[in-house]
This record gives sequence, structure tokens and C-alpha cells, in this order.
Amino acid sequence: MATFFQHMTNALSVGSLYALMAIGYTMVYGVLRLINFAHGEIFMIAMYMVFYGLAIFFLPWYVSFTLAIVITALLGVAAERLAYRPLRDAPRISILISAIAVSYFLQNLATVLFGGRPLTFPQVPLFTQIMTLGSVRIPRLSILVPLITLVLLALLMLLLKRTKTGMAMRAVARDYDAARLMGIDLNFTIATTFFIGSALAGVGAIMWGMKYPQINPTVGSMPGIKCFIAAVLGGIGNTAGAVLGGVVLGIVEIMLVALWPSLSGYRDAFAFILLIVVLLVKPTGLLGEKTTEKV
Amino acid sequence: MQTKTIRPSKPAKRSWVSLILTLILLSIVCFVLFKLQGVQNQLVLRIARLCAINITLALAMNLINGFTGIFSLGQAGFMAIGAYTTALLTIPASKKAMMFMLTPLVKPLDTLTLPFGLTLIIGGLIAAGAAFLIGVPCLRLRGDYLAIATLGFSEIIRVLIMNAQSLTNGAQGLKSIPSNATIWWTYGIAFIVIVFMALFTSSSYGRALKAIREDEIAAESMGVSLFAHKMMAFMLSAFFAAVGGGLLAAYNGTIGQDMFRVIQTYNVLMIVVMGGMGSITGSVIAAFIVTIGQEWLRVLDGPINLGPIHTSGIAGMRMVVFSALLLIIIVFFRNGLFGTNEATWSAIGGRLSALAGHKKRGTAE
Repeated sequence: MATFFQHMTNALSVGSLYALMAIGYTMVYGVLRLINFAHGEIFMIAMYMVFYGLAIFFLPWYVSFTLAIVITALLGVAAERLAYRPLRDAPRISILISAIAVSYFLQNLATVLFGGRPLTFPQVPLFTQIMTLGSVRIPRLSILVPLITLVLLALLMLLLKRTKTGMAMRAVARDYDAARLMGIDLNFTIATTFFIGSALAGVGAIMWGMKYPQINPTVGSMPGIKCFIAAVLGGIGNTAGAVLGGVVLGIVEIMLVALWPSLSGYRDAFAFILLIVVLLVKPTGLLGEKTTEKV
Repeated sequence: MQTKTIRPSKPAKRSWVSLILTLILLSIVCFVLFKLQGVQNQLVLRIARLCAINITLALAMNLINGFTGIFSLGQAGFMAIGAYTTALLTIPASKKAMMFMLTPLVKPLDTLTLPFGLTLIIGGLIAAGAAFLIGVPCLRLRGDYLAIATLGFSEIIRVLIMNAQSLTNGAQGLKSIPSNATIWWTYGIAFIVIVFMALFTSSSYGRALKAIREDEIAAESMGVSLFAHKMMAFMLSAFFAAVGGGLLAAYNGTIGQDMFRVIQTYNVLMIVVMGGMGSITGSVIAAFIVTIGQEWLRVLDGPINLGPIHTSGIAGMRMVVFSALLLIIIVFFRNGLFGTNEATWSAIGGRLSALAGHKKRGTAE
């Protein structure tokens, strides 16, 4: 029972991390119909920012976390401004290639700026201390991560449902052209979407770093792809669905390895198999709406 | 998508001129290759061979991404299949016994060696079979979903390779692959692929693929079987990608699962995008530009003295410049060098006569 509880908290915290990043994918996909391939690299840059803040400049953790999140968010906005906006009216395949190019560029840039050698993510005792609950020993992080995710999700929901910007974002996601005709400032709305999505990826990256403390320039690509899968699983374009998809993916991954340890080498393949199954059985995801293509 | 006017059929004289010019070009290429064989500079030889391998890889990807308009990101997986097949079937038995220390190689493979050309074909066929299995679920998906699903399968292939210790030597990879990828092999195969692509894309199958690219629904209502044609393009693309992968294995001498990450797909994609998605000549020219350019940009990795700016050599700088170039190309010149056009002799002639100020109505594209 104790081990089950331990695995379950682990699964929930991994799932929450996936969820945080999946929100970014799903929001961007909602407004631009674009798989933001660079999202994983933005996540990676956030980890390096925290590393520099904590281990090189010795800033207090709250300062360096905030700085990292803000820089990450601005980087997301910059990527949209420079690489996606000029292609907004181009065929969708062009903007997808552009996203791949941004991800490729950021990976190479990180290799030059930070070196290809893996670094160790600095530990913040407040988050990484081990707690003992009865016979169960879990790091404080495993409890904090789902809580932080829930709080952020609630804030995001408030933003989307209660503010003008949120309403604009939902309108753009529903119908791009109609939103433009209604006088919604598309550029501002899309930039805000990227800002929020990237900031959430930044939060996710910090907690991911404390959980899996190794940073290298390609550290973002696998979580990036998996979180996109989580977004598809939940129904792309649906924020609550992204969270659900992330948690489900986390639980499936951790629990399969926990139950059949011989499968651990194949852990990275689970997500893709899950993706294929979902796309075949219910292409719109768990909470997605059905769409038909008009001729 | 731009609409194209129907061109009048070319006069017979033109095609004779084209044929002669093509033959002249071919003999020049053969002469250069013959000269290259005698070159002592190993670096030049290596780059020349890599150019040809990249032509094969780029055309394989162009067939599915450029001509059929299916954005597949699974090329690295198919390349891995080809590379591992060629490696396992050409490495001599004694070397295999030394390499597979943890678990011995499975039975018939441990002593089996086959001629290089045959292994390329076997690798291609295995990859085409894998493409069939992957295509059944994936080709029903649209646009970016298909991209992520094929990318997923490419990663699954890599994970399988990493875990199949008794077949692929797992994370240790394979060493001492005989260096069969000579100038003649690499350019011979590149030539075959170019000719095949030229014939195939102008056949009725090729035109059906282009119709799918331009408008899937319209193509279907004209009686083009979407699934069958997409599957054919996908399997052919996988076949050539695996042949390219096999050449790459023989060229490199060592392979490992790490070589076939998604970044390998992006490298090929870069060539295809630069040349123009849907242009054979574009891919060929871009393969030369990208391969030689990456080598030439190595200067950037070394120490640089630009007047007041001194850097003491940053490894990886060239890749930053290169990926920035890719970004600029896609943002500002998203059709690449040629778009979906080809550099045919009549097109070149048209350009030249336009440059010379002739009033003649050229077929410049």
C-alpha cells in the first residue's frame, strides 16, 4: 500500500508537470492551429535560466524563479513575433516548419551559450526536502506540484472566463476571421496567449528541474513531444482537457513501469502508443469537440 | 497554392536540345567524379560522398512531403532501419563476435554477410514494410496530427533499437562497418533516385500525388484513391530513406541509436525546404549547398578575428548560423530556391533569353 501511494503521488506530480506544459500547446493550437514545436525548447531555456540565477549569480530562489519565468514568457512572445507572425497567412505547413526551425535554432543556440555538457539543476531545500507521512517517504515537491498546478489552472480559468483578454482569446480560438472582424486585436491576443503558455512552461520547467535534475540542450524535446501528446489526449484546444490529458499520461507512464519494471526501457514509447490509439479511436480527444471539414 | 496555366507541348527541336544538353551535363558529372576518385584529399572525398547521400535522403523526403503534401517526420526511423540492416549484413562475422559482448547476436545474422548493394535493397524493403504498418493508422490523420504521429513512430523505432540488445547491440551501437560507400556507389544511387523521381513524378501516379497535395477533397472526387496513393508515396519514401540510411552507415563506419533522433529528420527537412518542397532539381542543388555550406561554415567554430572582435573558437557556432539561415529562408522565402518548379533546360533557356533582352516568349517559370 505504501509503495502504491508513493507511486501514485509520483505519477500525479509527473502528470501535473505534463499538464502545465500541455496547456501551452493547447492554447497556441487553439488560436493559431499550430503545433508549437519550439515549446519544449522554451522549457529547456527556462531550466538554464534558473540554473544561472541560482548557481552562477546566487540569487534567492524566488528572484531567480520569477526572472526565469518572465524571460521564458518573453522568449515565447519573441518567437511568435519573429517566426510565426510573418507566416500567419501562409499555408499551415510553412508555419509548422518555422516552428521546427525555431526549435532547432534554440537547441543549437543553447549548445553554444551553455555548452553541450549536462549540468546539474540546483536544489532548493524548501521544495526538495523529503517528508515522512506515516510509513511513506515522499519529497515535498510531489505534494506541491499538483497543488501549484491546480492553483495556476484556476487562475487561468478565471482569466479565460472573466476578463476581456480571456474572452478575446476564446473568440480567436473559436473563429479566427470572425474575431478579427469583431475588432479584436489579434496581435495582442496571440502575443498574450504565447506569454501565458510560455510562462506556464517556465513554471513546469522549474519543477521538472527539481524532480529530474539534469539539464542539457536537448532536455526539452522529449517532454515537449509528450506534452503535446497530452494535449491531444485531452482534446486539443481545450484547456481543462490538456490538464486531464497530462495527468492521465503521467499516471499511465509511471504506473506501467511500476507494475512491470521490465518495461522501463520502453517508457518513452508509451506516450506515442497512447497517441496513436487515441487518434484512431477518438481523434478529438477526451474532451474535444467534433469538427468537420468544410469544402 | 498558385494556379498554373496549361503549357503548350514543347516543340520537338527543344527536346533534342534538352537531351543533348543533359548528356553533356552527365558526361561532365562523370568526368568530375572520375577526377574526384583520384583526389588524395580525404576531406574533399568525404564531403563529395555526403552530398550524394544527402541527395538520396532529400529526394526520399521530398517525395512524401513535397510532392504528396503529407508532412511526415518519420524519416529518421526509416533511415535507422536501413542503416542497421546494412551494418548487420555487411560487418564480418569475426568483428560481430567481438562487438556483441553482453548478449550474442541472434542466430542467422551472426555469421551472415551479404553484398553491399543487396543489403541496401533489403533495408529498403524492411523499411517499406514498416512504413506500411505505420501508414495504416497514420495516413488517415490530417496535417499536423500526421506529423506528430510519424515523429512518434520514428521515436518508437529508435527506442526499439535501443532495447533490442541481441539484434542491435543496444546503446553501444555498431562499429567497423565496411566502408562500401564509395563515390560510385553514392553517386550511382543518387543518380538512380533522381531518374526514378523524374519519371515517377511525371507519370500518372505522380500527377495523382500532386493532385492530392493541391486539394485532397478535389482529388478524391476526381477518382484518385487517397489512401492507396498516399501509402505508395509513403512506402517509396521509406524505401529510399532506408537506402540513404544504409549508405550513411557505410559512410560513417559506426552507427548508434543516438544518430537517428528527430534532429536527423530536421537536417534532411532543411535541405528539402531550402530547395523547394516539390522540386527535384531544388533538392539536388540544396543538398550540395547545405552539405558544402555546413563544412565551409566550420570556420565559425574556430577562432575568429574580425577587427575588434576576437573569439577563441566556439564549437557549434556553425549550427546556430545554419539554423538561423533555415529560419530566415522559411520566414522570408518560404518557397525555397525553386518552389514546386524544376530547373529544366527550357526554363533556363527562357531565363537566359529574358536576360539577353529577347522579346521571345520564354517558358521561364
